Amino acid sequence: MRGDVSALQLVLTADPALMEIVRLSLVVSLSAVACAAVIGLPLGALIALTRYPGREASIVVLNALLGLPPVVVGLLVYLLLSRSGPLGTWGILFTPQAMVIAQTILVAPIIAALARQTIEDLWLEYRDELAAMNVGPAGRVATLLWDARFSLLTALLAGFGRAAAEVGAVIVVGGNIDGFTRTMTTAIALETSKGDLPLAIGLGMVLIAIVVVVNALAWGARRAGERLAG
Amino acid sequence: MLAPETDLPLELRDVSVRAGATQILDGVTVAFSPGAPTVLIGPNGSGKTTLLRTAMGLIEPSGGRVTWGGRERVPPMRRAIVFQRPAMLRRSAAANVEYALSSADVPRAQRPKRVEELLALVGLSGFDARAARRMSGGEQQRLALARALAREPEVLLLDEPTASLDPAATKAIEDVVRAVAARGIKIVMSTHDLGEARRLAGDVVLLHRGRVIEHGPADEFFAAPKTEDARRFMAGELLI
Repeated sequence: MRGDVSALQLVLTADPALMEIVRLSLVVSLSAVACAAVIGLPLGALIALTRYPGREASIVVLNALLGLPPVVVGLLVYLLLSRSGPLGTWGILFTPQAMVIAQTILVAPIIAALARQTIEDLWLEYRDELAAMNVGPAGRVATLLWDARFSLLTALLAGFGRAAAEVGAVIVVGGNIDGFTRTMTTAIALETSKGDLPLAIGLGMVLIAIVVVVNALAWGARRAGERLAG
Repeated sequence: MLAPETDLPLELRDVSVRAGATQILDGVTVAFSPGAPTVLIGPNGSGKTTLLRTAMGLIEPSGGRVTWGGRERVPPMRRAIVFQRPAMLRRSAAANVEYALSSADVPRAQRPKRVEELLALVGLSGFDARAARRMSGGEQQRLALARALAREPEVLLLDEPTASLDPAATKAIEDVVRAVAARGIKIVMSTHDLGEARRLAGDVVLLHRGRVIEHGPADEFFAAPKTEDARRFMAGELLI
């Protein structure tokens, strides 16, 4: 119980060390979601709206990538960015940039797979109407993305949830360096192993609060969207 | 000088449509010219919906020719269709009509006034901000009509526009159909309701198993059908 009280104090007094970890975690995860959205949304739309040989196989692969083990992604990015790796000259291993790359690889398949499903479902519904209105390919994509925006927001949030909660990838490519690459999840793992439970519990409380608040905002946006647009 | 482009007459010549092993339309020849509404009747599965979709250009026939104003493969600029179950865009009623106006290249400045006029024409004034997907079936049909009319079509194809609507909603749709026809827009509609065909049709096309069984002026068709199939259909017998 004493640990719980100390953890609450750390959160309520906005302890600088705790806040720095929270800030870095949010910067890394939100950047990764933004990068993954740039890759995943067009990729999902492309697979949803085009027909090509091997399409079914690519959907199976994409869906399989939803279960990518973070630590394996971390290892892959580590090998790419390590000094002797093909991208070693970038010199970004054990930096937040490397963490963003690893989380982008984890999150992009989630966004692409959910976007594909959402856009394909809407396309089946809209296809005849848009053809009858002589809407061209670019107009179709724009219409589908716009009308599916509230569902796509959910896809982005699912991606954020994955990024914010994972520890395996960021600890391998970030190194959990104090004040530089330490995120909430890596800090919780470290502090727990050290026995410093107040900080670990405090970070856990903040992490859960962030996930709850973000999902509440998304739920609110979705409900507002349904009221306005059906 | 180029002749003005028109989608009328809309002609199907010996048109066949196959889906796998099933022959949906089988050598259909029919022409739709300006005038009173043409109503397609026939039992379920007779090919009414496929004929309308082919006439719209949404289905490529496996045989025969479809021409609009004498031309083949013309994009749908002067024709529009309302499907039996129209898909509502996830937007407000006004935004649905605005989208159709935009797709028809109506200048942005003219759209608000046109949206207002079209919603009024289909009896949906005051529904502007309503979420289209939350409207009733009859209201959605009328909104789909407004959307189709946004394209200022010469020919409007309606696929069973009153199917599964209550009598009040059916009357509202039929009133819109009359108003639209009175503006000189050619209506080609399908229905399974012979009463509706009597109320609206200028001429009637009876389809059975993908073929045109009879086509003629409505008063003649209903007074003295020429074929045994037509007589049996109007007597309420099942055409197999």
